[in-house]
Amino acid sequence: MSNSWLTLLLAVACFISPTAIQAQEKRPLVCGTDLEGGIPYLFGDKNDPAGFEVDLMDALARELGRPIRRQHAAFDSLLPTLQRGDVDLAMNGLEITPTNLKQADFTRPYYIYRLQLIARIDDERFVSLNDCKEKKLTVGTLSGSSAARLLEKEEISRKLYDDQEGPFKDLVQKQIDAVLFDMPIALYYVVPDNQITHRKKDYPGLKLVGEPFAEGFYGIAVKKGNGALTKEMDQALGRVIRSGELKRILTKWHLWSPDQYRLYTPLRVDENAALSLGFAQYFLLLLQGAGVTILITFAGMALAVSIGLPIATSRLYGPWPLRWLAIGYVEFFRGIPVLLLLYFLYFGLPELIDLKLNPLTAAILGFGLNYAAYEAEIYRGGIQSIPVGQWEASASLGMSPLLTFRRIVFPQSIRVILPPMTNDFIALFKDTSVVSIISVIELSKQYQILTKTYGGFLQIGLTTAALYLVMSVPLGYLSRYLERRWGAK
Amino acid sequence: MSWSITVRGVTKRFGARTILENVSLNISPGETVALLGPSGGGKSTLLRCLNGLNTFDHGEIHVGPHRLAPGARQARAALDPIRRSFGMIFQDFQLFPHLSVLDNVTEAPRRVLGISSPAARSRAVGLLDRVGMASHTHAFPQQLSGGQKQRVAIARALAMEPRGLLCDEITSALDPELKNEVLSVLEGLKRDGLTIVLVTHEIGFARRAADRVVMLCDGKVLEDGTPAQVLDHPKTERMALFLQRVLE
Repeated sequence: MSNSWLTLLLAVACFISPTAIQAQEKRPLVCGTDLEGGIPYLFGDKNDPAGFEVDLMDALARELGRPIRRQHAAFDSLLPTLQRGDVDLAMNGLEITPTNLKQADFTRPYYIYRLQLIARIDDERFVSLNDCKEKKLTVGTLSGSSAARLLEKEEISRKLYDDQEGPFKDLVQKQIDAVLFDMPIALYYVVPDNQITHRKKDYPGLKLVGEPFAEGFYGIAVKKGNGALTKEMDQALGRVIRSGELKRILTKWHLWSPDQYRLYTPLRVDENAALSLGFAQYFLLLLQGAGVTILITFAGMALAVSIGLPIATSRLYGPWPLRWLAIGYVEFFRGIPVLLLLYFLYFGLPELIDLKLNPLTAAILGFGLNYAAYEAEIYRGGIQSIPVGQWEASASLGMSPLLTFRRIVFPQSIRVILPPMTNDFIALFKDTSVVSIISVIELSKQYQILTKTYGGFLQIGLTTAALYLVMSVPLGYLSRYLERRWGAK
Repeated sequence: MSWSITVRGVTKRFGARTILENVSLNISPGETVALLGPSGGGKSTLLRCLNGLNTFDHGEIHVGPHRLAPGARQARAALDPIRRSFGMIFQDFQLFPHLSVLDNVTEAPRRVLGISSPAARSRAVGLLDRVGMASHTHAFPQQLSGGQKQRVAIARALAMEPRGLLCDEITSALDPELKNEVLSVLEGLKRDGLTIVLVTHEIGFARRAADRVVMLCDGKVLEDGTPAQVLDHPKTERMALFLQRVLE
């Protein structure tokens, strides 16, 4: 009896386990990558992208016998996404650096890159990064990349972007002096070689400056502690390298160089050389960011409050053309996202008229114009809340409409206007975080930069939150105080 | 010097409704005229036409040497001197709530007449004393009772040294004992020889203080005479009915 039970159990086990193991092996791997990334890594149609990393993923999938599915994440959040466990792998020109090794495990490298300095073709001021440092020139690159970390370490004036197009755009428009990028990007954006099929032709008039330098390695990131997958990927990559397939792919994309032969023996990077930052150092950097936040908030609100009043009075008392202009202004600026406005002021104006605003000016102007629409409506509501009897009483004392507005109506409306305006001030204070898209480094952006470089999402995050609260909580109390004192009469 | 007021054939329409129909009225300098009548009869509208707060469609109005013409907009050249010379008191006071009692009274003399601040202050203190509000110069309107507010409003109008006063139901919002405070101030002004036009429901006050009572009903002048004539011996049935209702 017991024997037959055992036989049955064994039979069931034999029937189930191979399929279970097979199912696990055949499970597709999810690879995080920046689908908006760029040439030549991965680009084009999001459902069917091209790029040397796409070819490499296909080759690896064949070796593994498992499909690799791509999932989008912005370049600088690839490793956090991996850490959270949303994806199995991450691959998008991720450098095997001590800092990155703190956040993820890496396979052996699949490409050896160097950094390349890029300038406008007629610019003879520098031939090296050192020249840039001495002449205090501004260098642009991708945020979260090792080029960005190098600029930071060397304390070179820098501008960091969320995508790889931004630096080239700004370089051509003379917003910055140089761009520092990994050689593959430099090749596809700068070298006018017509055999390079997917070459970017949008940024003419650029040149490579000096020798490529600061060698580094691209590897595939695997969630920390997932040794089995790291080993599986390492072995598959080894087979892709030894079969000559990697060489074929890199050659096809004009990226092969004799240097790459070193990939045939696995290379290791030392994790212990990671950068770290003390509290005092990052607190100082966050304080600088907070300063920028405060500057944008105060200057933006001052602008909004100053132009909101003439807009409101035009709408209330102006002749019809002025009235319609004011209505148009309010509807237009309330109807478009401030993000679009900032983009237009910063990137669009130089194309339309030859006006290059510096990022901070563009941010203040953008918020000022946007919030002026809201403030105008607050003014209008406040002014209209004053009973018509006040106008009549003033008129019957012989006071002119202008005098009545200035001395009687407007001073009374302030108590209605001030509480919602204080609320808007707090809203603007928090809204300022979007200005990072035109590369202004305020508090939120500073947090992002610091954590990208050094990790410490929680610790630096709490400090950043504390800084925001220290500024916004007193404002909130002020707003409620004004409401209590003046709001309800 | 007080001014006379002449209303000649004034008609005002609001959409299809006729609010004033061919109203004519002469008010001599120093005369006190009470406008009486049912609600919606046109008495407040007529009063507000006298200083241009309302416009009218036909006819003309002379206030002292100035003429108001019919039309949507009055010329400022006529309006400004009329408004400077005829003070107006409202049912709901309309003091300036953000200014102290003293500043309420000095604001217009300083900004409109260009009187110096010390001169405007001493004039205001004198007037506030006259209306019994001298001890409240630094109070704000919301700290005052209705009767006190109305007395400040009267002082504010007097500070412009007017030639006459237009009073729009100035006691309607007040309790009976507060009404008397305001009415006795007004009687004093009448003795000073100011031309006073008042819209009122106070039959007793009209009898006591007015030289003439004018009854407006459905936009027309129904009765016009001394208080004794109009109140005690009304010519029209409509007036008799009105008096009966008010006195009930």
